[in-house]
Amino acid sequence: MIELIKNTNINFMGKRKIAFVVSGILAVIGIIAIVQIATGRANLGIDFAGGTAIQLKFDKPVVLHDVRITLENGGMKDFDLQDLPTENKILIRVKKTEQELGQVSDIITNILSQKFPENTYVVDSTTVIGPKVGSRLRADAAKAVAMAVIGILIYVAFRFQFKFGVGATVATFHDVLAVLGMFYLMGKEINLILITALLTIAGYSLTDTVVVFDRIRENLRQRQRESVEAVMNISINEVLSRTIVTSLTVLLTSISLFFFGGEVLHDFSLAMIMGVIVGTFSSVFVASPIVLLWGGKRPFAKK
Amino acid sequence: MKKKVLWRLLLISITVVLAVVFFLPNTPVFQHMPEWWKKNMPGKGIVLGLDLQGGLHLVFEVEGDKAVEITTDRYASQLRELFVKKNITTDVSVSGLTITVSPSSAETKKLIADNFPIFSATESGNSTAYKILSREAQRIKDNAADQALETIRNRIDQFGVAEPTIHRQGENEIVVQLPGIRDPKRAIDLIGKTAQLEFRIVDDEAKVAAELPQSIGPGEEELLLREFAGKIPEDTEILFEKKVNTETGIVRKLPILLKKQASLTGDLLSDAKVNIDTRFSEPYVSLSFNAAGAKLFEETTGANVKKRLAIILDNTVYSAPVIQEKITGGNAQITGSFTMEEAKDLSIVLKAGALPAPLKMLQNVTVGPSLGRDSIEAGKLAAIIGTIAVVIFMIFYYRLSGVIADFALLLNIILLLGAMASLNATLTLPGIAGIILAIGMAVDSNVLMFERIRDELRAGKTPRAAVDSGYDKAFWTIFDSHVTTLITAAVLFQFGTGPIKGFAVTLSLGVSINLFTALIGTKSIFDVINSRRELKKLSI
Repeated sequence: MIELIKNTNINFMGKRKIAFVVSGILAVIGIIAIVQIATGRANLGIDFAGGTAIQLKFDKPVVLHDVRITLENGGMKDFDLQDLPTENKILIRVKKTEQELGQVSDIITNILSQKFPENTYVVDSTTVIGPKVGSRLRADAAKAVAMAVIGILIYVAFRFQFKFGVGATVATFHDVLAVLGMFYLMGKEINLILITALLTIAGYSLTDTVVVFDRIRENLRQRQRESVEAVMNISINEVLSRTIVTSLTVLLTSISLFFFGGEVLHDFSLAMIMGVIVGTFSSVFVASPIVLLWGGKRPFAKK
Repeated sequence: MKKKVLWRLLLISITVVLAVVFFLPNTPVFQHMPEWWKKNMPGKGIVLGLDLQGGLHLVFEVEGDKAVEITTDRYASQLRELFVKKNITTDVSVSGLTITVSPSSAETKKLIADNFPIFSATESGNSTAYKILSREAQRIKDNAADQALETIRNRIDQFGVAEPTIHRQGENEIVVQLPGIRDPKRAIDLIGKTAQLEFRIVDDEAKVAAELPQSIGPGEEELLLREFAGKIPEDTEILFEKKVNTETGIVRKLPILLKKQASLTGDLLSDAKVNIDTRFSEPYVSLSFNAAGAKLFEETTGANVKKRLAIILDNTVYSAPVIQEKITGGNAQITGSFTMEEAKDLSIVLKAGALPAPLKMLQNVTVGPSLGRDSIEAGKLAAIIGTIAVVIFMIFYYRLSGVIADFALLLNIILLLGAMASLNATLTLPGIAGIILAIGMAVDSNVLMFERIRDELRAGKTPRAAVDSGYDKAFWTIFDSHVTTLITAAVLFQFGTGPIKGFAVTLSLGVSINLFTALIGTKSIFDVINSRRELKKLSI
């Protein structure tokens, strides 16, 4: 039997204050990110902000600075440039536009074809999203997430107790906020792919939390004489090896996606890697302490 | 072996066979299957989303208000005709959605009320303003959306795209998905053209016509229109003909003064074809009118010999030849410096008919075929490497039991792909994310059980007892974690759109299948192992 973790007896609950500080900071960054997103000051992808994004793949390497100058001279304003030098790719994003939708990409390709006639390119992708669609996608995403959270709360409250439901929801939110906050700090684009990644993280974190809660519930029934805090510590220690083994396997997949999954899955897998780490942390240090804080020190689980 | 185990093994075998049958169309093997198989067995499998396959996803808004405006315009002409017929002299003017009859009398009011019950009237002084009733306006908008859908479908059918998806979304939006298209710009132009074809007489007799400049550069149209706004006769307007210098590529625009009233419109066409001019070997579009159109064309040309007749598509003049003589037979042609493709597309839109209202593009997501292919290759590679890493890790950590877990993992992937194929589900990038989460949970289920079994073994139980009680204890944990995830997935499916929905589909399928393999699949294997003889030691 190979064991990474053997009969640990770590006092997780005792470290909850330090953990709360760490979590608090992560959550606050996340909340700041949400405020910035809501007020449109974050780096919103055009699927939420509306606008045009066009990705070009050139034959030969291009200098980003030249492209910028060329576009500016061609009369383009307010655009973002980003490049993937290893693949000769360039991403041009134009968020606000007075031009009619759909014409921006024509203008860009016209300018570039004229200025770089010797360096041909193919259009990898074009995304044009009207402001109406952008705000609708944003609203839809928010609604879907809100409904999912309510669903979780109800099920966990029904299967365990209401305070467990709250603990699970808070822990899940904590993870999503933390990853969102980190993406915001890194200046990464907030787009629908990131939302999908956040949902994946939420799903993972929730599973983790439910596993811990399950053990706590079982142990509370068997060890009625011990304090809730002690039972929680025992339970977390008991499932610790499972937590770590599972996190490792998910990390293996995420790392593989990060390195081999191509550009489109790059940010997704980065979010997943962060999410697995934060999720593991929160199922140990956030979910149970919240239930403990709420429930006090008396044994309460009688289900 | 117990009967229960046999039944479970049979159930697993059947589902695996079904999954393979459904997934077969997605493998190269399907090409080599015998004919009877291809004919009778499911042949569609998993459909790749546009983000993976490359293609075009467009959302248009049908500008319903414009359709109401156009209808209002048409009613106004009918009113004028009616008044002429009844010898009533009164002025009928249109502004946006309102028709004003001035002066109005008891007679005009009665006539309109009898013939056009769809108007609501508002009186002010001696004139009356008429507006289409809101209920009727709604019907017009609704019709416009339906018609636009039909027209777009016709155009795409003639353009030739394999498996397009065209459907209405909400009240006035049309979603068009064209997988694997190579020339997105051409397709967008084809769909977006209103294709309002008109034949109008050029007003060269008006004095102001001589004052119009020979040509202007692009972007100067507004200026010119403003300059001439008050000067041109009331029943005329200025439109532009585009002239491209074939050598320099410079675009100039030619202003032309035309009668507002169209002599003929595109709805009188019976056919449109591409022909080649033998002299310059340039393509042009030849039109044939239906009987009514041919008669009208003959009358118009007969009455306007030596005048110019402009052919206008979507408010752009294509050509304005001088009418040499009365033209009979109902044929006309549109020339211009077309490429073969342009001429072909023009004939398609003319044949499929005009859109009842202009379209506004709300969303256009185009993925080039190379990016899609790159994404798929990269995704596949990453998935294979990730899976191999997990497989090796499980065997390393759990030994023989790890092999069982890996078998369960494989079973999961097969069943998930099979389930998706049986539903003809669309696989998108977010869908792959859902699969990853589901596979992660599948591994987790095994880890949960194995850790429990280890606990039981440590407590001194025999392997068989340890497996049984380990399973029993892990059952509810697995159940809970899966059901919570399933709830999330179901809610996201219900309320999410686009990528979120794609994620939800694969996740909910994956989670349901996990429950099956985790609680039936692996247990059966342990039961088979345990049924032979009592194990002394369990490799876990």
